[in-house]
Amino acid sequence: MQFEFIEAAVKEKIGVIELNRPRQLNSLNRKMVSEILEAMQQFDTDDEVRIIVLSGKGRAFSAGADIDEMMEDDPVALELMNQFADWDALSLIKKPIIGAVQGFVFGGGFELALCCDLVIAARGTEFSFPEVNLGVMPGAGGTQRLTKLVGRAKALEWLWSGDRISSESALESGVINRIVEPEVLIEETMRLAGRLAKQPPLAIRLIKDSVNKAVDYSLYEGMQYERKNFYLLFASQDQKEGMNAFVEKRKPEFRGK
Amino acid sequence: MFETIRYDVNNGIATIRLHRPDKLNAFISQMNREVTKAVKTASSDNEVRCIVITGEGRAFCSGQDLAEVDENMDHGQVLRDHYGPMVKQIHHCEKPIVAAVNGVAAGAGFSLALACDFRLMSERASFINAFIHVGLIPDSGNLYYLTQLVGRAKATELAILGEKVSGADAVEMGLANKLIEADKWEQDVEAFAARLAALPTKAIGLIKRSLNAASDLSFEDYLEQEAQGQRAAGLTADHREGVTAFMEKREPAYTGQ
Repeated sequence: MQFEFIEAAVKEKIGVIELNRPRQLNSLNRKMVSEILEAMQQFDTDDEVRIIVLSGKGRAFSAGADIDEMMEDDPVALELMNQFADWDALSLIKKPIIGAVQGFVFGGGFELALCCDLVIAARGTEFSFPEVNLGVMPGAGGTQRLTKLVGRAKALEWLWSGDRISSESALESGVINRIVEPEVLIEETMRLAGRLAKQPPLAIRLIKDSVNKAVDYSLYEGMQYERKNFYLLFASQDQKEGMNAFVEKRKPEFRGK
Repeated sequence: MFETIRYDVNNGIATIRLHRPDKLNAFISQMNREVTKAVKTASSDNEVRCIVITGEGRAFCSGQDLAEVDENMDHGQVLRDHYGPMVKQIHHCEKPIVAAVNGVAAGAGFSLALACDFRLMSERASFINAFIHVGLIPDSGNLYYLTQLVGRAKATELAILGEKVSGADAVEMGLANKLIEADKWEQDVEAFAARLAALPTKAIGLIKRSLNAASDLSFEDYLEQEAQGQRAAGLTADHREGVTAFMEKREPAYTGQ
């Protein structure tokens, strides 16, 4: 796949997307976001890909949105352009997305990290929503996704202050999954991705689908939804293989069917 | 570039010399900023493999310049704005830092020495945790380091009684690494720094990270951090050089990479 602002390649069943504007600290412009989406959508329907990894080249994952690009925008132009449609589509990706972040994860970069299912951060990574300092606020899900993750009190504090949040605080608040040494960020991310790539893909997929519903649905509706996905997996070959292998005391061979 | 300090790099050793000798190198906010900047510069300079902090004249550093203190001063804010950033920069520095304590180190001057990895004491040097004598508490990370270095009992004694500790006593209680005779001061400090500068610098940085992790993490998390650190060390050129030199029965020549 050829892109202008990102690189995308498949490595051993892992679809790897790298933000590739290191000199601009991977600041996100609109084309870049649509390229990310395009790559993710291709991976999502590619049988060779089981897991998606999103990382940024250089010393920062992403220092935020490209401010120059939006300085002159007016509300009507923004409405008509509907740029956030790409962000909405990111949340419809079915395969697991693992974010590997380092350096700065600011503004739009933080929102992009929040679009990932799991996030691994290099020790020393800093997170922040600095939009408030420019007289605006996050527009790509920052106030919503952050609040669902960390609760109202913490979300308001971080969004109002624009303060930098250490990776330790981010871990404690449930924003990220783990902190690793910077030298092994990609290696550790690929190790986790490799492990998940060996899990039965349909179960992984429907677990993501169900967990996402837990965020939006009432508990009752979520339970009903979960049940249907649970039943659905009994239509898969992997369920038969998994249960047979368990009974026969051997390792299962999952095919994603 | 600097006014309150002197900064130079020679043979891989960056020397930060506190340079307000007529004020016994007392801290003013500019000196906080300049030390911070110098440590940052040395940290990112590939030529530098060891940092030495020392004082010009007869004192190492007499602590906060009381001429800068007035009754309107917000002591907490001074720590947040000036001393905190300085000791954080030192704390997170991945190169070995030596405090070459040439004379008295009192108050925040003592704290500065405590934040370093090694303390070399001149026969003329002494430590005084002087804060109690003006009704304040030891600051700039002082008690954080002091309890780790000498334990709670001795830290309590030093902080509350505020007695002077001679160089010899400092070495005896594990507060300093070495006592150096006055006439050998310059050459012994230089030899010590040169020895550090010839070691595998990257491994030293990783050791410092593990030492910090040892006090911050649970045992299980520490072991994982250690595994990642060892992986990073195992990828360095200096590791390969060390192994090769051992096999070839020669002295290793480390480059710090």
